[in-house]
Amino acid sequence: MEIPKSFLGYKRENGRAGTRNHVIILPVDDISNACAEAVANNIKGTIALPHSYGRLQFGADLELHFRTMIGTGSNPNVAAVIVIGIEPKWTKKIVDGIAKTGKPVEGFHIERTGDIGTVMKASKKAQEFVMWASEKQREECPISDLWISVKCGESDTTSGLASNPTVGNLMDKLEPLGVHLCFGETSELTGAEKVCSSRGATKEASDKFMKTWNSYNDFILKEATDDLSESQPTAGNIAGGLTTIEEKAFGNFQKIGNCKFIDVLEPAEEPKKGKGLYFMDTSSAAAECVTLQAAAGFNIHLFPTGQGNIVGNPIEPVVKLTANPLTVKGMGEHIDCDVSKILSREMNLSEAGDRLIETTIRVANGRLTCAEALGHKEFVMTKLYRSA
Amino acid sequence: MATDIIIHDQKDNVGVVVIEKVSPKQECSCWIMENDGSTNIQSMDEIPLGHKIAMVDLKEGDTILKYGHDIGKVVKSIKKGEHVHVHNVKTKKW
Repeated sequence: MEIPKSFLGYKRENGRAGTRNHVIILPVDDISNACAEAVANNIKGTIALPHSYGRLQFGADLELHFRTMIGTGSNPNVAAVIVIGIEPKWTKKIVDGIAKTGKPVEGFHIERTGDIGTVMKASKKAQEFVMWASEKQREECPISDLWISVKCGESDTTSGLASNPTVGNLMDKLEPLGVHLCFGETSELTGAEKVCSSRGATKEASDKFMKTWNSYNDFILKEATDDLSESQPTAGNIAGGLTTIEEKAFGNFQKIGNCKFIDVLEPAEEPKKGKGLYFMDTSSAAAECVTLQAAAGFNIHLFPTGQGNIVGNPIEPVVKLTANPLTVKGMGEHIDCDVSKILSREMNLSEAGDRLIETTIRVANGRLTCAEALGHKEFVMTKLYRSA
Repeated sequence: MATDIIIHDQKDNVGVVVIEKVSPKQECSCWIMENDGSTNIQSMDEIPLGHKIAMVDLKEGDTILKYGHDIGKVVKSIKKGEHVHVHNVKTKKW
């Protein structure tokens, strides 16, 4: 198959391109959710991103909160942003961070005004933003404007046999075309960590990966009260035939094909070393991982599943693929790309990779994913430790 | 002939059932992905889609190899053709 050289995206002020054109209402903190949701209810075509945190956080955990908030607003899939927080200072910090992209952004704080006054002021601005954004047109963008993140979920042995290697095949074909790629799931590389480390493009990248994995593993060993057999692998993984974390890890690792990673990113950190594959230190929980990758600027996500994970994201379209024929049969409404014929050997890996590239381009051009059509918009912040 | 079981790597001592299930005494045809090789095995148990079958006799303490790599240890001896899962294999991590 000849790989398309371009897709139809929204060109942004900072030179990036979006696959979507969202106007988001972003609460700074948990107590501003009600206000943000009221604005999104008032002004059609906007979307609120409620979440659970943003008060009394400190240190690295607070930095991650700001990085996630600013990164989400800065993502090229977002045309314009309304930020609503309880206090002016943190609200302004997030507005200023997003404003660096050049996109329209305005902040509102609730203290001394109350919800109703804030909703009125923010709604007026949101209406202005959404009507402005509605005139944006898709334009031809080079395929290198795609920033593709990957994460698998509700994995089973068919993930490692077929759907994850299909993503790997796509990576092998798209990496030379200059796309940005990102995989994560630090804890789910346990057992395959040394093999993964050897796939660093430089010794620096390999060492950084091992340091990151060791730190995550030490944390798990410190907090574990048992052998994690209730958590990793999950009950769904076990039902699907996965027995140990090592088996899950080697399956997970198939997603990067033969690519080498050029750098290791902090959670939600924007890649700075140009095109190529990045590893990001993330949790292996689906919504947390995708939220962090979207906050780092990735504009389309590929999600292989075995038993049928249903996750979506409010700003980054999540493309699902599976090789499990029972999942296709039982919950086909969640599957964008069916590669189950790999198991019956009626389709080879390269054909599956081509099919996934085709699906990815269609979604980048605007086709809704199953998760979007079904209303999945899980926005889940990663919290590193307790608040002060 | 249709493939009932796929084996990732020539070195592996387990294969994965890729049809809805295999039944006891079923003669199964296996495909080895790594080298496009093939082999056969008789199943001893009913094993569902996605679950593993032992390609050789395995005793307690043996290492399970899949993808050509160590994916855990045998905690209860397993006969060739039997179901391999959490009842007879455990992680070496955590």
